[in-house]
Amino acid sequence: MGRVPAITTTLTAADRFGAWKARWGIGRLQYAVPPGLYAIGSPNPESPVVVTANYKMSYDLVRKHLDGRDVWLLVLETEGINVWCAAGKGTFGTAELVNRIRMTGLSSFVTHRRLLLPLLGAAGVAAHHVESATGFKVRFAAIRAQDLGTYLDNGQRTTEAMRQLTFTAAERLVLTPVEIVHGMGINAWLLPPLFLVGAFGHGSFSAVGGMWAVVAYLGAFLAGALLTPLFLPWLPTRSFAIKGGILGMMWAAVLHAIAGTDWSVADMLAAGLVLPSVAAFVALNFTGSTPFTSRSGVKKEMRLSLPAIGIACAAGLVVWITDFILRVGAAL
Amino acid sequence: MNGFDYLSGVTTLELDVGLCNGCRMCLNVCPHQVFAMHDKQAAIVALDKCMECGACALNCAEGAIKVDSGVGCAAGLIYEWWRTVRPFKGSNKPSSCC
Repeated sequence: MGRVPAITTTLTAADRFGAWKARWGIGRLQYAVPPGLYAIGSPNPESPVVVTANYKMSYDLVRKHLDGRDVWLLVLETEGINVWCAAGKGTFGTAELVNRIRMTGLSSFVTHRRLLLPLLGAAGVAAHHVESATGFKVRFAAIRAQDLGTYLDNGQRTTEAMRQLTFTAAERLVLTPVEIVHGMGINAWLLPPLFLVGAFGHGSFSAVGGMWAVVAYLGAFLAGALLTPLFLPWLPTRSFAIKGGILGMMWAAVLHAIAGTDWSVADMLAAGLVLPSVAAFVALNFTGSTPFTSRSGVKKEMRLSLPAIGIACAAGLVVWITDFILRVGAAL
Repeated sequence: MNGFDYLSGVTTLELDVGLCNGCRMCLNVCPHQVFAMHDKQAAIVALDKCMECGACALNCAEGAIKVDSGVGCAAGLIYEWWRTVRPFKGSNKPSSCC
């Protein structure tokens, strides 16, 4: 029997700052702890074994909710990815779990043969294969780490509520910063040309005109990346693209109301076509962050909506740029 | 999961009741309560709630469940498609989903 690092269950300011940074996509793919076996409290050979991923946010959440208990924590190498995504990729998987049980010598630390896994890890771990390879029985305890305490206290029984996914406004909102940060990487390439076309849109250079083009685009982007997730259950239809498209259309109307006194018909057409298609495309990308969209569903939605989004966006840009060329030509 | 439904009639989930031994594992691992027990065997009771995560099929020791699971986000699917059409297939970066 070897030695096992003991870890605390209290999160420090540095842990919270690290989680905040990961939410904003800063160093997120390097936010990991070393895989292996850890001791929480003073575990003995009868103490439960909880399994998690080596994404530091997952590890922190699990140890925080095991405060005051004596538990073994087995951390799998998921390359700094959370349980759900790593299970989908197979890194939070049967092979890694079997391998980690052997490498840590887990069977010499505990006399029982039970492992408590997060329920969302079941997409990567085949319980019957783990048992035949190692003798350890896998129990998918609960979806949320916060239910671990109740689970352990009521004799390791999973209630229906522990097995049910939720997607509250807070749970949706916390996912939006990383969408926005990733999107801004693409936006950085689009904004300079948008600014220039907007600025020269009236024949002569106008910084204000350029700024409005940028504001129009960013508004549509946020309609898809922030407002669609926030209002998700209340937006009509099941299609993310349509949900986003509706908000993009509303944004075009708002923009027209506050800044559109001198808009030409071409401006209105361009805004009415481009802004909803930008919002629809960005909203479609949020399917990847939800816990209820299926691969076949996303494929179908993409097949139906991407051509429509592409045609609307291209048509709007053609109208806008043709109008721009005509105006510049007329001014010369 | 109440309040959230995605497109209906698309899931690839299939259950061969003839192979089911009634172990309830699919009920235990499904986060959307797609399955229920009928006469000591599993039955699909909420097909359209399935998000094709694959947990049930992977954990069915009898091989009674089939589902086409995999990356389900638009960025990942665009990336998969791009890998099949692009001329240079050198790098093999994982998709940017998560």
